[in-house]
Amino acid sequence: MKCACGKNEATIHEIVVVNGIVQEKHLCPECAESEGISPDPHANIASLLAKHAQPSPAGPSLSGPVAPRRPPSVRSVRCSACGTTFSQFKNEGLLGCADCYKAFEFPLGPLLERAHDGATHHVGKIPRRALAASRGGDLPIEALLGSLEERAERLATLRKQIAEAVAAEHYERAARLRDELRALGSAPSSPGADLPEDRPEA
Amino acid sequence: MNEKPRQPAEPDPNQPGQTALELINTGAEWLRGTGRACDVVVSSRVRLARNLAGFPFMPRASRVDRQQIVDLCHHKLVEAELADRLLWIDLREVSRLDRNLLVERHLISQAHARGKIGNHSVTGGRTGEDEPRAVAVGLPGERLSIMVNEEDHLRIQVVKSGFALAEALTEIDTIDDRIEARADYAFHPRFGYLTACPTNVGTGIRFGVMLHLPALKLTGDIEKVTRAANDMSLAVRGFYGEGSEPLGDFFQISNQTTLGKSERVLLHDLEHEIIPKVIEYERVSRRQLIERRGEAIADQVHRAMGVLTHARLLATDEATRLLSQLRLGVAMGLIEKVDQQVVHNLMLLVQPAHLQRASGRNMTQAERRVARAKLVRNRLTEAMTRRA
Repeated sequence: MKCACGKNEATIHEIVVVNGIVQEKHLCPECAESEGISPDPHANIASLLAKHAQPSPAGPSLSGPVAPRRPPSVRSVRCSACGTTFSQFKNEGLLGCADCYKAFEFPLGPLLERAHDGATHHVGKIPRRALAASRGGDLPIEALLGSLEERAERLATLRKQIAEAVAAEHYERAARLRDELRALGSAPSSPGADLPEDRPEA
Repeated sequence: MNEKPRQPAEPDPNQPGQTALELINTGAEWLRGTGRACDVVVSSRVRLARNLAGFPFMPRASRVDRQQIVDLCHHKLVEAELADRLLWIDLREVSRLDRNLLVERHLISQAHARGKIGNHSVTGGRTGEDEPRAVAVGLPGERLSIMVNEEDHLRIQVVKSGFALAEALTEIDTIDDRIEARADYAFHPRFGYLTACPTNVGTGIRFGVMLHLPALKLTGDIEKVTRAANDMSLAVRGFYGEGSEPLGDFFQISNQTTLGKSERVLLHDLEHEIIPKVIEYERVSRRQLIERRGEAIADQVHRAMGVLTHARLLATDEATRLLSQLRLGVAMGLIEKVDQQVVHNLMLLVQPAHLQRASGRNMTQAERRVARAKLVRNRLTEAMTRRA
Protein backbone atom coordinates (compact mmCIF):
# COMPACT_ATOMS: atom_id res chain seq x y z
CA MET A 1 0.00 0.00 0.00
CA LYS A 2 1.27 3.46 -0.93
CA CYS A 3 1.45 6.40 1.48
CA ALA A 4 -0.94 9.29 1.02
CA CYS A 5 2.01 11.26 -0.43
CA GLY A 6 2.06 8.73 -3.27
CA LYS A 7 5.85 8.41 -3.19
CA ASN A 8 6.72 5.83 -0.56
CA GLU A 9 5.38 2.56 0.78
CA ALA A 10 3.01 3.07 3.73
CA THR A 11 4.46 1.29 6.74
CA ILE A 12 2.58 3.10 9.50
CA HIS A 13 -1.14 2.56 9.81
CA GLU A 14 -3.15 4.69 12.17
CA ILE A 15 -6.80 4.04 12.76
CA VAL A 16 -8.78 6.53 14.78
CA VAL A 17 -12.40 6.00 15.74
CA VAL A 18 -14.29 9.17 16.56
CA ASN A 19 -17.95 8.85 17.49
CA GLY A 20 -18.06 5.49 15.76
CA ILE A 21 -16.56 6.83 12.52
CA VAL A 22 -13.37 5.09 11.44
CA GLN A 23 -10.60 7.27 10.04
CA GLU A 24 -7.62 5.49 8.59
CA LYS A 25 -4.20 6.86 7.77
CA HIS A 26 -1.60 4.85 5.89
CA LEU A 27 1.68 6.73 5.90
CA CYS A 28 5.35 6.43 5.16
CA PRO A 29 7.71 7.16 8.10
CA GLU A 30 8.47 10.72 6.92
CA CYS A 31 4.84 11.74 6.52
CA ALA A 32 4.02 10.05 9.84
CA GLU A 33 6.66 12.07 11.63
CA SER A 34 5.44 15.31 10.10
CA GLU A 35 1.96 14.41 11.39
CA GLY A 36 3.33 13.75 14.87
CA ILE A 37 2.72 9.98 14.81
CA SER A 38 5.39 7.88 16.47
CA PRO A 39 7.00 5.50 13.96
CA ASP A 40 8.25 3.32 16.83
CA PRO A 41 6.41 -0.01 16.54
CA HIS A 42 7.25 -0.83 20.15
CA ALA A 43 5.73 2.35 21.55
CA ASN A 44 3.87 1.61 24.74
CA ILE A 45 0.34 0.64 23.76
CA ALA A 46 -0.99 2.16 26.95
CA SER A 47 0.42 5.55 26.05
CA LEU A 48 -1.07 5.25 22.57
CA LEU A 49 -4.40 4.39 24.11
CA ALA A 50 -4.12 7.24 26.53
CA LYS A 51 -3.62 9.55 23.58
CA HIS A 52 -6.61 8.33 21.61
CA ALA A 53 -9.12 6.64 23.84
CA GLN A 54 -8.34 8.18 27.21
CA PRO A 55 -9.07 5.04 29.22
CA SER A 56 -9.37 5.29 32.98
CA PRO A 57 -6.17 4.29 34.80
CA ALA A 58 -7.92 1.65 36.88
CA GLY A 59 -6.27 -1.41 35.28
CA PRO A 60 -8.08 -4.23 33.53
CA SER A 61 -11.19 -4.19 35.71
CA LEU A 62 -14.36 -3.57 33.75
CA SER A 63 -16.32 -2.28 36.68
CA GLY A 64 -14.01 0.56 37.68
CA PRO A 65 -15.15 4.16 37.62
CA VAL A 66 -15.72 5.85 34.28
CA ALA A 67 -12.84 8.04 33.16
CA PRO A 68 -13.58 11.59 34.33
CA ARG A 69 -13.01 13.07 30.89
CA ARG A 70 -15.66 10.88 29.24
CA PRO A 71 -18.82 12.81 28.47
CA PRO A 72 -21.31 12.21 31.29
CA SER A 73 -24.00 11.25 28.77
CA VAL A 74 -22.27 7.90 28.08
CA ARG A 75 -23.51 6.52 31.37
CA SER A 76 -27.12 7.01 30.37
CA VAL A 77 -26.83 5.38 26.93
CA ARG A 78 -29.51 2.72 26.85
CA CYS A 79 -29.81 -0.46 24.77
CA SER A 80 -33.13 -0.19 22.99
CA ALA A 81 -33.54 -3.98 22.84
CA CYS A 82 -33.22 -4.90 26.53
CA GLY A 83 -33.20 -1.55 28.33
CA THR A 84 -29.79 -2.00 29.96
CA THR A 85 -27.98 1.32 30.49
CA PHE A 86 -24.22 1.68 30.20
CA SER A 87 -24.15 2.73 33.83
CA GLN A 88 -25.92 -0.50 34.81
CA PHE A 89 -23.36 -2.49 32.82
CA LYS A 90 -20.52 -0.67 34.58
CA ASN A 91 -21.96 -1.62 37.96
CA GLU A 92 -22.78 -5.24 37.18
CA GLY A 93 -20.04 -6.13 34.69
CA LEU A 94 -22.52 -7.95 32.46
CA LEU A 95 -24.35 -6.92 29.30
CA GLY A 96 -28.06 -7.56 28.88
CA CYS A 97 -28.27 -8.89 25.33
CA ALA A 98 -26.46 -9.23 22.00
CA ASP A 99 -27.68 -5.77 20.90
CA CYS A 100 -25.89 -4.13 23.86
CA TYR A 101 -22.64 -4.67 21.92
CA LYS A 102 -24.01 -2.39 19.20
CA ALA A 103 -25.63 0.11 21.53
CA PHE A 104 -22.44 0.49 23.60
CA GLU A 105 -19.95 -0.07 20.78
CA PHE A 106 -18.27 3.30 21.29
CA PRO A 107 -17.81 3.30 25.09
CA LEU A 108 -17.06 -0.46 25.12
CA GLY A 109 -14.11 -0.08 22.75
CA PRO A 110 -11.51 1.17 25.26
CA LEU A 111 -12.76 -1.25 27.93
CA LEU A 112 -12.34 -4.19 25.57
CA GLU A 113 -8.88 -3.01 24.60
CA ARG A 114 -7.86 -2.89 28.25
CA ALA A 115 -9.34 -6.30 29.02
CA HIS A 116 -7.88 -7.96 25.92
CA ASP A 117 -4.33 -6.60 25.65
CA GLY A 118 -5.20 -3.92 23.14
CA ALA A 119 -7.24 -6.16 20.81
CA THR A 120 -10.23 -4.58 19.08
CA HIS A 121 -11.46 -7.27 16.69
CA HIS A 122 -12.34 -10.93 16.75
CA VAL A 123 -9.89 -13.28 15.10
CA GLY A 124 -10.73 -16.97 14.99
CA LYS A 125 -13.68 -19.24 14.55
CA ILE A 126 -16.79 -18.05 12.74
CA PRO A 127 -20.10 -19.94 13.02
CA ARG A 128 -20.27 -22.27 10.03
CA ARG A 129 -24.00 -22.01 9.61
CA ALA A 130 -23.81 -18.26 9.26
CA LEU A 131 -20.91 -18.60 6.84
CA ALA A 132 -22.80 -21.16 4.73
CA ALA A 133 -25.89 -18.96 4.73
CA SER A 134 -23.85 -16.03 3.47
CA ARG A 135 -22.48 -18.19 0.64
CA GLY A 136 -26.07 -18.96 -0.30
CA GLY A 137 -26.29 -15.39 -1.51
CA ASP A 138 -28.65 -13.60 0.89
CA LEU A 139 -26.08 -12.18 3.23
CA PRO A 140 -22.79 -10.71 2.03
CA ILE A 141 -19.71 -12.11 3.70
CA GLU A 142 -18.85 -8.63 4.95
CA ALA A 143 -21.82 -8.91 7.28
CA LEU A 144 -19.86 -11.63 9.07
CA LEU A 145 -16.29 -10.53 8.63
CA GLY A 146 -17.01 -6.86 9.05
CA SER A 147 -16.82 -4.05 6.56
CA LEU A 148 -13.81 -3.67 4.31
CA GLU A 149 -12.50 -1.04 6.71
CA GLU A 150 -12.85 -3.44 9.60
CA ARG A 151 -11.12 -6.21 7.70
CA ALA A 152 -8.34 -3.85 6.74
CA GLU A 153 -7.98 -2.98 10.40
CA ARG A 154 -7.83 -6.64 11.37
CA LEU A 155 -5.27 -7.33 8.68
CA ALA A 156 -3.19 -4.40 9.95
CA THR A 157 -3.38 -5.78 13.51
CA LEU A 158 -2.26 -9.20 12.35
CA ARG A 159 0.64 -7.71 10.40
CA LYS A 160 1.71 -5.81 13.49
CA GLN A 161 1.54 -8.98 15.60
CA ILE A 162 3.61 -10.84 12.99
CA ALA A 163 6.25 -8.11 13.05
CA GLU A 164 6.37 -8.29 16.85
CA ALA A 165 6.60 -12.10 16.82
CA VAL A 166 9.47 -11.99 14.30
CA ALA A 167 11.25 -9.29 16.30
CA ALA A 168 10.99 -11.49 19.40
CA GLU A 169 12.17 -14.50 17.33
CA HIS A 170 8.93 -16.39 17.94
CA TYR A 171 8.93 -17.81 14.43
CA GLU A 172 6.36 -20.55 15.00
CA ARG A 173 3.92 -18.02 16.35
CA ALA A 174 4.65 -15.72 13.42
CA ALA A 175 3.95 -18.58 11.00
CA ARG A 176 0.62 -19.25 12.65
CA LEU A 177 -0.33 -15.60 12.55
CA ARG A 178 0.59 -15.54 8.89
CA ASP A 179 -1.70 -18.52 8.22
CA GLU A 180 -4.45 -16.58 9.90
CA LEU A 181 -3.72 -13.50 7.87
CA ARG A 182 -3.89 -15.56 4.69
CA ALA A 183 -7.17 -17.13 5.75
CA LEU A 184 -8.65 -13.72 6.45
CA GLY A 185 -7.30 -12.25 3.23
CA SER A 186 -8.55 -15.13 1.10
CA ALA A 187 -11.98 -15.47 2.68
CA PRO A 188 -14.71 -15.59 0.04
CA SER A 189 -16.10 -12.17 -0.72
CA SER A 190 -19.17 -10.84 -2.45
CA PRO A 191 -18.78 -9.99 -6.14
CA GLY A 192 -16.88 -6.83 -6.81
CA ALA A 193 -15.52 -6.53 -3.29
CA ASP A 194 -12.09 -4.99 -3.33
CA LEU A 195 -10.06 -6.77 -0.72
CA PRO A 196 -7.01 -5.14 0.77
CA GLU A 197 -3.88 -6.66 -0.65
CA ASP A 198 -2.50 -9.48 1.49
CA ARG A 199 1.14 -8.63 1.57
CA PRO A 200 3.35 -9.91 4.36
CA GLU A 201 5.57 -7.24 5.77
CA ALA A 202 7.66 -8.93 8.40
CA MET B 1 -33.18 -21.64 16.60
CA ASN B 2 -36.25 -21.28 14.50
CA GLU B 3 -38.10 -24.32 15.69
CA LYS B 4 -40.65 -24.16 18.40
CA PRO B 5 -39.24 -25.60 21.59
CA ARG B 6 -40.43 -29.09 22.31
CA GLN B 7 -39.70 -31.77 24.84
CA PRO B 8 -37.50 -34.71 23.82
CA ALA B 9 -39.45 -37.59 22.31
CA GLU B 10 -38.75 -39.92 25.20
CA PRO B 11 -38.84 -39.09 28.88
CA ASP B 12 -35.39 -38.99 30.41
CA PRO B 13 -34.71 -42.37 32.01
CA ASN B 14 -32.34 -40.98 34.63
CA GLN B 15 -33.67 -40.69 38.11
CA PRO B 16 -32.03 -37.58 39.55
CA GLY B 17 -31.35 -39.32 42.85
CA GLN B 18 -29.27 -42.03 41.16
CA THR B 19 -27.25 -39.62 39.08
CA ALA B 20 -24.67 -38.83 41.73
CA LEU B 21 -23.97 -42.44 42.60
CA GLU B 22 -23.67 -43.33 38.95
CA LEU B 23 -21.08 -40.60 38.44
CA ILE B 24 -19.05 -41.76 41.43
CA ASN B 25 -19.16 -45.37 40.25
CA THR B 26 -18.38 -44.84 36.56
CA GLY B 27 -15.57 -42.36 37.22
CA ALA B 28 -14.20 -39.41 35.27
CA GLU B 29 -11.57 -39.88 32.61
CA TRP B 30 -9.49 -36.93 33.80
CA LEU B 31 -8.87 -38.71 37.12
CA ARG B 32 -6.95 -41.51 35.41
CA GLY B 33 -3.59 -39.91 36.04
CA THR B 34 -2.33 -40.91 32.60
CA GLY B 35 -1.30 -38.98 29.49
CA ARG B 36 1.51 -36.64 28.54
CA ALA B 37 3.47 -35.03 31.41
CA CYS B 38 1.10 -36.63 33.93
CA ASP B 39 3.79 -36.40 36.63
CA VAL B 40 3.01 -32.66 36.72
CA VAL B 41 -0.18 -32.10 34.71
CA VAL B 42 -3.38 -33.47 36.23
CA SER B 43 -5.79 -32.41 33.50
CA SER B 44 -6.33 -30.12 30.50
CA ARG B 45 -9.62 -28.39 29.88
CA VAL B 46 -11.13 -26.13 27.27
CA ARG B 47 -14.38 -24.26 27.65
CA LEU B 48 -16.45 -22.20 25.24
CA ALA B 49 -18.91 -19.47 26.24
CA ARG B 50 -21.84 -19.32 23.82
CA ASN B 51 -25.20 -17.55 23.75
CA LEU B 52 -28.25 -18.30 21.64
CA ALA B 53 -29.36 -15.64 19.18
CA GLY B 54 -32.78 -14.19 19.90
CA PHE B 55 -32.73 -14.52 23.69
CA PRO B 56 -31.60 -11.88 26.19
CA PHE B 57 -28.42 -12.71 28.12
CA MET B 58 -28.88 -14.14 31.61
CA PRO B 59 -29.07 -10.84 33.56
CA ARG B 60 -32.13 -9.78 31.53
CA ALA B 61 -33.66 -13.21 30.86
CA SER B 62 -37.08 -13.71 32.43
CA ARG B 63 -38.09 -17.00 34.00
CA VAL B 64 -39.99 -17.83 30.82
CA ASP B 65 -36.91 -17.08 28.68
CA ARG B 66 -34.81 -19.27 30.92
CA GLN B 67 -37.25 -22.16 30.79
CA GLN B 68 -37.39 -21.89 26.99
CA ILE B 69 -33.59 -21.93 26.79
CA VAL B 70 -33.44 -25.03 29.02
CA ASP B 71 -36.08 -26.82 26.92
CA LEU B 72 -34.45 -25.87 23.63
CA CYS B 73 -31.00 -26.91 24.80
CA HIS B 74 -32.28 -30.19 26.20
CA HIS B 75 -33.80 -31.09 22.87
CA LYS B 76 -30.96 -29.80 20.67
CA LEU B 77 -28.11 -31.21 22.75
CA VAL B 78 -29.68 -34.68 22.94
CA GLU B 79 -30.36 -34.57 19.20
CA ALA B 80 -26.75 -33.57 18.44
CA GLU B 81 -25.42 -36.91 19.78
CA LEU B 82 -22.49 -35.33 21.53
CA ALA B 83 -21.44 -38.39 23.56
CA ASP B 84 -22.19 -42.11 23.83
CA ARG B 85 -24.73 -41.08 26.41
CA LEU B 86 -25.68 -37.58 27.44
CA LEU B 87 -26.84 -37.36 31.03
CA TRP B 88 -29.23 -34.42 31.39
CA ILE B 89 -29.51 -33.04 34.91
CA ASP B 90 -32.15 -30.45 35.69
CA LEU B 91 -30.55 -28.70 38.65
CA ARG B 92 -33.87 -27.81 40.23
CA GLU B 93 -34.66 -31.49 40.55
CA VAL B 94 -31.56 -32.62 42.41
CA SER B 95 -30.71 -32.10 46.07
CA ARG B 96 -28.26 -29.48 47.29
CA LEU B 97 -25.90 -32.30 48.25
CA ASP B 98 -25.88 -33.63 44.70
CA ARG B 99 -25.38 -30.16 43.26
CA ASN B 100 -22.33 -29.82 45.53
CA LEU B 101 -21.13 -33.18 44.29
CA LEU B 102 -21.28 -31.87 40.71
CA VAL B 103 -19.21 -28.85 41.82
CA GLU B 104 -16.64 -31.12 43.46
CA ARG B 105 -16.40 -33.08 40.20
CA HIS B 106 -15.80 -29.82 38.26
CA LEU B 107 -18.95 -30.42 36.20
CA ILE B 108 -20.66 -27.20 37.30
CA SER B 109 -19.53 -23.98 39.01
CA GLN B 110 -20.44 -22.99 42.57
CA ALA B 111 -22.53 -20.17 41.10
CA HIS B 112 -24.45 -22.59 38.88
CA ALA B 113 -25.17 -24.85 41.85
CA ARG B 114 -26.76 -21.90 43.62
CA GLY B 115 -28.55 -20.46 40.60
CA LYS B 116 -26.40 -17.36 40.44
CA ILE B 117 -25.21 -15.61 37.30
CA GLY B 118 -21.50 -16.42 37.37
CA ASN B 119 -19.64 -14.50 40.05
CA HIS B 120 -21.60 -11.31 39.41
CA SER B 121 -24.25 -9.71 41.53
CA VAL B 122 -26.91 -8.40 39.23
CA THR B 123 -29.44 -5.97 40.63
CA GLY B 124 -32.89 -6.99 39.49
CA GLY B 125 -31.45 -10.09 37.78
CA ARG B 126 -33.14 -13.30 38.81
CA THR B 127 -31.06 -15.60 40.97
CA GLY B 128 -31.84 -18.51 43.24
CA GLU B 129 -31.99 -22.26 43.49
CA ASP B 130 -35.37 -22.31 41.77
CA GLU B 131 -34.19 -20.72 38.53
CA PRO B 132 -34.42 -22.94 35.42
CA ARG B 133 -30.95 -24.28 34.68
CA ALA B 134 -29.28 -27.56 33.85
CA VAL B 135 -26.09 -29.42 33.06
CA ALA B 136 -25.51 -32.06 30.39
CA VAL B 137 -22.74 -34.57 31.12
CA GLY B 138 -21.15 -36.83 28.50
CA LEU B 139 -20.85 -40.46 29.62
CA PRO B 140 -18.84 -42.50 30.01
CA GLY B 141 -15.86 -40.54 31.22
CA GLU B 142 -17.39 -37.10 31.96
CA ARG B 143 -15.11 -35.56 29.33
CA LEU B 144 -17.91 -33.26 28.23
CA SER B 145 -20.12 -31.06 30.35
CA ILE B 146 -22.41 -28.26 29.23
CA MET B 147 -23.84 -25.82 31.75
CA VAL B 148 -27.10 -24.29 30.56
CA ASN B 149 -28.06 -20.86 31.95
CA GLU B 150 -24.95 -20.11 33.97
CA GLU B 151 -23.35 -16.73 33.14
CA ASP B 152 -23.96 -17.48 29.46
CA HIS B 153 -26.68 -19.63 27.91
CA LEU B 154 -24.12 -22.34 27.18
CA ARG B 155 -20.79 -23.07 28.82
CA ILE B 156 -19.31 -26.05 27.00
CA GLN B 157 -16.36 -27.82 28.64
CA VAL B 158 -14.09 -30.67 27.59
CA VAL B 159 -11.58 -32.14 30.06
CA LYS B 160 -8.84 -34.65 29.42
CA SER B 161 -6.29 -36.41 31.60
CA GLY B 162 -2.69 -35.16 31.36
CA PHE B 163 -1.33 -32.45 29.07
CA ALA B 164 -3.71 -32.65 26.11
CA LEU B 165 -4.91 -29.16 25.17
CA ALA B 166 -4.76 -29.77 21.41
CA GLU B 167 -6.85 -32.92 21.68
CA ALA B 168 -9.34 -31.14 23.93
CA LEU B 169 -9.62 -28.28 21.42
CA THR B 170 -10.27 -30.66 18.53
CA GLU B 171 -12.96 -32.40 20.53
CA ILE B 172 -14.72 -29.26 21.70
CA ASP B 173 -14.56 -27.76 18.20
CA THR B 174 -16.50 -30.72 16.80
CA ILE B 175 -19.03 -30.53 19.62
CA ASP B 176 -19.44 -26.79 19.05
CA ASP B 177 -20.01 -27.38 15.31
CA ARG B 178 -22.66 -29.97 16.05
CA ILE B 179 -24.53 -27.64 18.36
CA GLU B 180 -24.12 -24.74 15.96
CA ALA B 181 -25.64 -26.84 13.16
CA ARG B 182 -28.83 -26.88 15.20
CA ALA B 183 -28.83 -23.54 16.98
CA ASP B 184 -27.96 -19.97 16.02
CA TYR B 185 -25.28 -18.43 18.22
CA ALA B 186 -25.13 -14.72 18.99
CA PHE B 187 -22.23 -13.54 16.82
CA HIS B 188 -20.92 -10.15 15.70
CA PRO B 189 -18.39 -9.65 12.90
CA ARG B 190 -16.23 -7.33 14.96
CA PHE B 191 -16.68 -8.80 18.44
CA GLY B 192 -17.00 -12.51 17.55
CA TYR B 193 -19.05 -14.78 19.80
CA LEU B 194 -21.03 -12.49 22.07
CA THR B 195 -20.93 -13.17 25.80
CA ALA B 196 -22.63 -11.59 28.79
CA CYS B 197 -19.28 -10.48 30.19
CA PRO B 198 -17.07 -8.64 27.68
CA THR B 199 -13.98 -10.31 29.16
CA ASN B 200 -15.06 -13.52 27.38
CA VAL B 201 -16.10 -12.00 24.04
CA GLY B 202 -14.39 -13.02 20.79
CA THR B 203 -13.52 -16.69 20.75
CA GLY B 204 -15.26 -17.23 24.10
CA ILE B 205 -12.55 -19.77 24.74
CA ARG B 206 -10.68 -20.54 27.92
CA PHE B 207 -7.89 -23.07 28.05
CA GLY B 208 -7.01 -24.31 31.51
CA VAL B 209 -4.29 -26.67 32.65
CA MET B 210 -4.35 -28.08 36.16
CA LEU B 211 -0.81 -28.51 37.42
CA HIS B 212 0.56 -30.16 40.52
CA LEU B 213 3.46 -27.96 41.60
CA PRO B 214 4.55 -29.08 45.09
CA ALA B 215 8.28 -28.49 44.47
CA LEU B 216 7.78 -24.93 43.18
CA LYS B 217 5.50 -24.25 46.13
CA LEU B 218 8.09 -25.59 48.55
CA THR B 219 10.96 -23.55 47.08
CA GLY B 220 8.78 -20.44 46.83
CA ASP B 221 9.43 -20.20 43.09
CA ILE B 222 5.70 -20.48 42.46
CA GLU B 223 5.63 -16.70 42.93
CA LYS B 224 7.87 -16.32 39.88
CA VAL B 225 5.56 -18.54 37.84
CA THR B 226 2.55 -16.52 38.91
CA ARG B 227 4.23 -13.22 38.08
CA ALA B 228 5.46 -14.47 34.69
CA ALA B 229 2.01 -15.84 33.90
CA ASN B 230 0.33 -12.57 34.83
CA ASP B 231 2.74 -10.68 32.59
CA MET B 232 1.55 -12.86 29.73
CA SER B 233 -2.14 -12.23 30.48
CA LEU B 234 -2.57 -15.65 32.04
CA ALA B 235 -4.36 -16.31 35.29
CA VAL B 236 -3.15 -18.66 38.01
CA ARG B 237 -6.00 -20.01 40.07
CA GLY B 238 -6.75 -22.69 42.64
CA PHE B 239 -8.19 -26.21 42.38
CA TYR B 240 -11.77 -25.01 41.95
CA GLY B 241 -11.08 -22.22 39.48
CA GLU B 242 -11.99 -18.56 39.73
CA GLY B 243 -11.86 -17.19 43.25
CA SER B 244 -10.60 -20.41 44.82
CA GLU B 245 -7.45 -20.82 46.87
CA PRO B 246 -4.75 -23.20 45.76
CA LEU B 247 -5.54 -26.49 47.45
CA GLY B 248 -2.84 -29.08 48.04
CA ASP B 249 -0.37 -27.41 45.64
CA PHE B 250 -2.71 -27.69 42.66
CA PHE B 251 -2.81 -24.68 40.35
CA GLN B 252 -4.76 -23.89 37.21
CA ILE B 253 -3.16 -21.75 34.53
CA SER B 254 -5.53 -20.27 31.97
CA ASN B 255 -5.75 -17.52 29.37
CA GLN B 256 -7.51 -14.30 30.31
CA THR B 257 -7.92 -12.64 26.93
CA THR B 258 -10.33 -13.93 24.30
CA LEU B 259 -10.41 -11.14 21.73
CA GLY B 260 -7.90 -10.66 18.92
CA LYS B 261 -6.17 -14.03 19.21
CA SER B 262 -7.48 -17.09 17.44
CA GLU B 263 -8.06 -20.39 19.21
CA ARG B 264 -4.99 -21.84 17.44
CA VAL B 265 -2.68 -19.01 18.46
CA LEU B 266 -3.81 -19.18 22.09
CA LEU B 267 -3.35 -22.95 22.04
CA HIS B 268 0.12 -22.58 20.58
CA ASP B 269 1.15 -20.02 23.19
CA LEU B 270 0.07 -22.27 26.05
CA GLU B 271 1.01 -25.64 24.63
CA HIS B 272 4.39 -24.79 23.16
CA GLU B 273 5.57 -21.66 24.95
CA ILE B 274 4.29 -21.43 28.49
CA ILE B 275 3.11 -24.68 30.05
CA PRO B 276 6.15 -26.76 28.95
CA LYS B 277 8.38 -24.24 30.72
CA VAL B 278 6.39 -24.53 33.94
CA ILE B 279 6.47 -28.33 33.70
CA GLU B 280 10.23 -28.33 33.19
CA TYR B 281 10.70 -25.84 36.05
CA GLU B 282 8.75 -28.11 38.40
CA ARG B 283 10.68 -31.19 37.27
CA VAL B 284 14.05 -29.50 37.78
CA SER B 285 12.95 -28.32 41.23
CA ARG B 286 11.85 -31.84 42.13
CA ARG B 287 15.23 -33.26 41.04
CA GLN B 288 17.07 -30.61 43.04
CA LEU B 289 14.96 -31.34 46.09
CA ILE B 290 15.84 -35.04 45.85
CA GLU B 291 19.54 -34.25 45.43
CA ARG B 292 19.74 -31.72 48.24
CA ARG B 293 17.06 -32.86 50.66
CA GLY B 294 16.35 -36.44 49.57
CA GLU B 295 15.85 -37.87 53.04
CA ALA B 296 13.61 -35.02 54.15
CA ILE B 297 11.38 -35.37 51.08
CA ALA B 298 11.16 -39.16 51.42
CA ASP B 299 10.34 -38.70 55.10
CA GLN B 300 7.55 -36.23 54.29
CA VAL B 301 6.02 -38.50 51.65
CA HIS B 302 6.11 -41.60 53.85
CA ARG B 303 4.78 -39.68 56.83
CA ALA B 304 1.87 -38.59 54.66
CA MET B 305 1.29 -42.22 53.74
CA GLY B 306 1.53 -43.20 57.40
CA VAL B 307 -1.07 -40.70 58.51
CA LEU B 308 -3.42 -41.45 55.61
CA THR B 309 -3.33 -45.20 56.32
CA HIS B 310 -3.62 -44.92 60.10
CA ALA B 311 -5.45 -41.74 61.10
CA ARG B 312 -8.86 -42.09 62.73
CA LEU B 313 -9.97 -38.47 62.14
CA LEU B 314 -9.30 -36.49 58.95
CA ALA B 315 -10.46 -33.00 57.96
CA THR B 316 -10.83 -32.16 54.24
CA ASP B 317 -7.90 -29.74 54.18
CA GLU B 318 -5.55 -32.10 55.95
CA ALA B 319 -6.56 -35.01 53.73
CA THR B 320 -6.03 -32.91 50.59
CA ARG B 321 -2.63 -31.71 51.75
CA LEU B 322 -1.48 -35.24 52.57
CA LEU B 323 -2.83 -36.62 49.30
CA SER B 324 -0.89 -33.92 47.46
CA GLN B 325 2.30 -35.12 49.17
CA LEU B 326 1.39 -38.70 48.34
CA ARG B 327 0.92 -37.70 44.69
CA LEU B 328 4.42 -36.24 44.68
CA GLY B 329 5.75 -39.48 46.17
CA VAL B 330 4.01 -41.55 43.47
CA ALA B 331 5.24 -39.25 40.68
CA MET B 332 8.82 -39.45 41.97
CA GLY B 333 8.77 -43.22 42.39
CA LEU B 334 9.08 -43.04 46.19
CA ILE B 335 5.73 -44.82 46.61
CA GLU B 336 5.19 -47.77 44.31
CA LYS B 337 2.17 -49.54 45.69
CA VAL B 338 -0.34 -46.82 44.82
CA ASP B 339 -1.05 -45.25 41.43
CA GLN B 340 -2.13 -41.72 40.54
CA GLN B 341 -5.70 -42.74 39.77
CA VAL B 342 -6.18 -43.94 43.34
CA VAL B 343 -4.80 -40.63 44.64
CA HIS B 344 -6.97 -38.55 42.26
CA ASN B 345 -10.11 -40.49 43.13
CA LEU B 346 -9.41 -39.95 46.82
CA MET B 347 -8.94 -36.21 46.21
CA LEU B 348 -12.60 -36.15 45.17
CA LEU B 349 -13.94 -38.76 47.60
CA VAL B 350 -12.68 -36.85 50.66
CA GLN B 351 -14.75 -33.77 49.66
CA PRO B 352 -17.90 -33.37 51.81
CA ALA B 353 -20.58 -34.12 49.20
CA HIS B 354 -18.75 -37.13 47.78
CA LEU B 355 -18.10 -38.49 51.24
CA GLN B 356 -21.74 -38.25 52.24
CA ARG B 357 -22.93 -39.68 48.94
CA ALA B 358 -20.51 -42.62 49.15
CA SER B 359 -21.62 -43.28 52.74
CA GLY B 360 -25.25 -42.97 51.75
CA ARG B 361 -26.29 -40.44 54.39
CA ASN B 362 -25.97 -36.82 55.53
CA MET B 363 -23.38 -36.38 58.26
CA THR B 364 -22.21 -33.73 60.69
CA GLN B 365 -18.67 -32.40 60.34
CA ALA B 366 -17.45 -34.59 63.21
CA GLU B 367 -19.02 -37.68 61.64
CA ARG B 368 -17.47 -36.79 58.30
CA ARG B 369 -13.98 -36.73 59.80
CA VAL B 370 -14.40 -40.27 61.09
CA ALA B 371 -15.91 -41.49 57.81
CA ARG B 372 -13.21 -39.70 55.76
CA ALA B 373 -10.37 -41.30 57.70
CA LYS B 374 -11.98 -44.73 57.36
CA LEU B 375 -12.57 -44.33 53.62
CA VAL B 376 -9.01 -43.21 52.93
CA ARG B 377 -7.60 -46.02 55.10
CA ASN B 378 -9.68 -48.64 53.34
CA ARG B 379 -9.01 -47.41 49.81
CA LEU B 380 -5.26 -47.16 50.28
CA THR B 381 -4.99 -50.53 52.03
CA GLU B 382 -7.09 -52.07 49.27
CA ALA B 383 -4.90 -50.51 46.55
CA MET B 384 -1.71 -51.73 48.22
CA THR B 385 -3.06 -55.27 48.66
CA ARG B 386 -4.05 -55.32 44.99
CA ARG B 387 -0.55 -54.32 43.94
CA ALA B 388 1.22 -56.70 46.31
